[in-house]
Amino acid sequence: MNIIVVLILISFVVALTFLGAFFWAVKSGQFEDTDSPAVRMLIDDKKPTSSQKK
Amino acid sequence: MPTDITISNQCYHCGDECLDDVQAVDEKKFCCLGCKTVFEILEENGLSDYYDLENMPGITLKKQTDTGQFDYLNSVAIQKQLHSFQSDTKKIISFHIPVIHCSSCIWLLENLNKLLEGVYHTRVHFTKKELTITYQPEEINLVDLVKYLDRLGYTPLITLADRSNDQLKKVDYLQYSKIGIAGFCFGNIMFLAFPEYFGFEGVDTKLQTFFGYLSMFLSLPVLYAASDYLKSAYSGIKNKHFNIDIPISLGILTLFFRSVYEVISGVDVGYFDSLAGLIFFLLIGRWFQSKTYQELSFDRDYKSYFPLAVDKMEGLAIVPIQVSLLQKGDEIIIKNNELIPADSILLSKYANIDYSFVTGESLPDQKNESDYIYAGGRQKGTSIRLRVEKPISQSYLTQLWNKEVFQKQNRGYQTFIDSISKYFTIVIIAIALISLTIWYWIDPSMMFIVFTSVLIVACPCALALSAPFTLGNTLRAMGKAGLYLKNSQVIEVMSQLTQVVLDKTGTITHGDKSNMTYQGLDLSSQELEIIKSMVIHSTHPLSKLIADHLAAINEVVLSDFIELTGQGLQARYGEFNYKVGSKSFVRHDNEEGLSGTRVYITKDDELLGSYHIINSYRSGLKEITSSLQAKMKLTILSGDNNSEEAILREDFGITEVAFDKKPEEKLEYLKSLNEHGAVTMMLGDGLNDAGALQQSDVGIVVADNINNFTPASDGILDAKSFDKLPAFIALSKSSQRIIYASFGLSFLYNMVGLSFAISGNLTPVFAAILMPLSSISVVLFTTLMVNWSVRKLKLAR
Repeated sequence: MNIIVVLILISFVVALTFLGAFFWAVKSGQFEDTDSPAVRMLIDDKKPTSSQKK
Repeated sequence: MPTDITISNQCYHCGDECLDDVQAVDEKKFCCLGCKTVFEILEENGLSDYYDLENMPGITLKKQTDTGQFDYLNSVAIQKQLHSFQSDTKKIISFHIPVIHCSSCIWLLENLNKLLEGVYHTRVHFTKKELTITYQPEEINLVDLVKYLDRLGYTPLITLADRSNDQLKKVDYLQYSKIGIAGFCFGNIMFLAFPEYFGFEGVDTKLQTFFGYLSMFLSLPVLYAASDYLKSAYSGIKNKHFNIDIPISLGILTLFFRSVYEVISGVDVGYFDSLAGLIFFLLIGRWFQSKTYQELSFDRDYKSYFPLAVDKMEGLAIVPIQVSLLQKGDEIIIKNNELIPADSILLSKYANIDYSFVTGESLPDQKNESDYIYAGGRQKGTSIRLRVEKPISQSYLTQLWNKEVFQKQNRGYQTFIDSISKYFTIVIIAIALISLTIWYWIDPSMMFIVFTSVLIVACPCALALSAPFTLGNTLRAMGKAGLYLKNSQVIEVMSQLTQVVLDKTGTITHGDKSNMTYQGLDLSSQELEIIKSMVIHSTHPLSKLIADHLAAINEVVLSDFIELTGQGLQARYGEFNYKVGSKSFVRHDNEEGLSGTRVYITKDDELLGSYHIINSYRSGLKEITSSLQAKMKLTILSGDNNSEEAILREDFGITEVAFDKKPEEKLEYLKSLNEHGAVTMMLGDGLNDAGALQQSDVGIVVADNINNFTPASDGILDAKSFDKLPAFIALSKSSQRIIYASFGLSFLYNMVGLSFAISGNLTPVFAAILMPLSSISVVLFTTLMVNWSVRKLKLAR
């Protein structure tokens, strides 16, 4: 019986970690702009082809 | 952009049609030198990927502005206000750049450090159309940075008005956090309630007690997440103003205290799962409804229209000064196309002031030395000198803004939900009390259980969800079709409209396009050439219109060319004297039957004819006016002269038209309509409509570019969607009907729930099934119905 109590408390702590992760995500602004990251990840990092830098 | 032109004739950079003056590099065509320059800069720096990500992503550079216009950014005080971080080696600044529109824009702006020495890092916020730049102030100064962006076509819009949005950020953070908390607790409490759902017998009673207390503990943060509802209910009761939050709070509190009682007394496990689920759904609903258009700003005051700074004469030197610091007696210089920030006296000989922004009058006003000029006009032509007469805070324009209507925040509209919640609460409490008395006679031990059960099950969760989801969905559907509303309450008001008032210039006519017809004797090709050669040398807007009209005509050499500013042009060709200009200038006798804005042409004082400039109406105007007039009153309210009255009345069948209305008169007109009980919608475009937009019940701004500055309003209508106006109004009506229908649906659920509660059979398990079921089915119903209505009204793109 006791083991259930322990397991539940452990699962509770795990769940709290995720809640904390969610708070961090909100605070760091991940829900503010959902459009540009979606585009940004599709843009390749290519080296300049005709590299005649000034 | 017209679709019928072939790709080969489109500018490789901006996609505009290449007219004259075509620039070409290799096989690529460019419509102007500006576009070509940008292409070359990018090519040289290996950034031509810009053109691979999207077709013709650039911004046309034909409307280039003065290069000196950013010099005011050198001022330390202004810099301090604009930067979010400043040190000797690093500065951070954010710009609002309305033209950001595609992935190529993001790519180019985020690669700015490859183009410009001294830029460390750039980041685009696409939704807000904002660019944040981190740069090294020793290598590049702010003015050069802004000028460079301007050269690329990404001109930043710099104002001091809406600089701080930290408040908004905090609200957002709290809202997401509360949803997170409620969701977290909801999941965990449900998990703990699982044995109960499956009716496991023989579960250890100790374990059951432990689960009960743990659920109770978990429900405390949920109460915090629901604190807004409780607070709103409390203030509602205090102000004797019934709102939907009162029955919700009643339900929440009953659920909580009954569950606490059950757990502590060991009777049962309580309804904590229902409580957490209810609050979770409510918060989701509110979030769904509140997510609107961040990038559009609906609340503006006069400050956002004014430039940040203006050139001031100090002795012989010209220094930029913040407009808010302008004082009476200051001498200022206004360049071409700049806004006059304060009421002043003209010191230069002539000025050509375009007041379309303030009055709606489409043609510039001619002013002479020592004339009084009101703030809000725009100078067209050469730079002028002015002496400030009143500081900004006392100028005409500011006075208009400070009128009482702009102070009024709440127009006291009671939403349908709020008005029904009063009766709902009364009925529920009555039912609860009646069942309490009945059970007192049957079985006093059950009496309080039944009483609370009634309050729990009748909790208007479905009621509270139907409006947010219906209106939220409608708001999104309208946004996709081109009408961006400030909030969902506007939809409700829109559904009750009895009168639509339209501004003329810029609203039902195209802002910049004009049609021109020639009336009079036939002109020979030589005469056309002479006219073209005359008007091409004049900067007057009407001359420019005629020059555009005669674009294909050649020019000839004239002699004795004279321009009398604001009156007309005069020149000699061969042995004839030609005059082009206003009626008084060509000194021709009044001709009957000629009205409207005209430019007259005479040859040796003999009238050849006149060009008539007509505004061109938006397509579909006739359909709109006839379909609107079938259902409600329609009025045209114009600040312009009445030259087009006949067209509006006869061709478009509009019965009510009013002309020559000043901004205040427009406001008064709307006010008198409201006093007579009309629910009004005002559509306008310029600052001249600002008062009327505020005064009307629904003020909608019609804008060719929705990201441009618009007056404060309840919504912004993309000019391309103007013909859909009747459909938008119809959609608002059907969304209102959907709310009524979902009320019926939740009423059915309540009947079932109440019958269980009154008969004393409501168990936690039953509540845990019924409550989410009713919420989810209401959400589904409203979503499907709104989508169906949108499709039926052909609003979907």
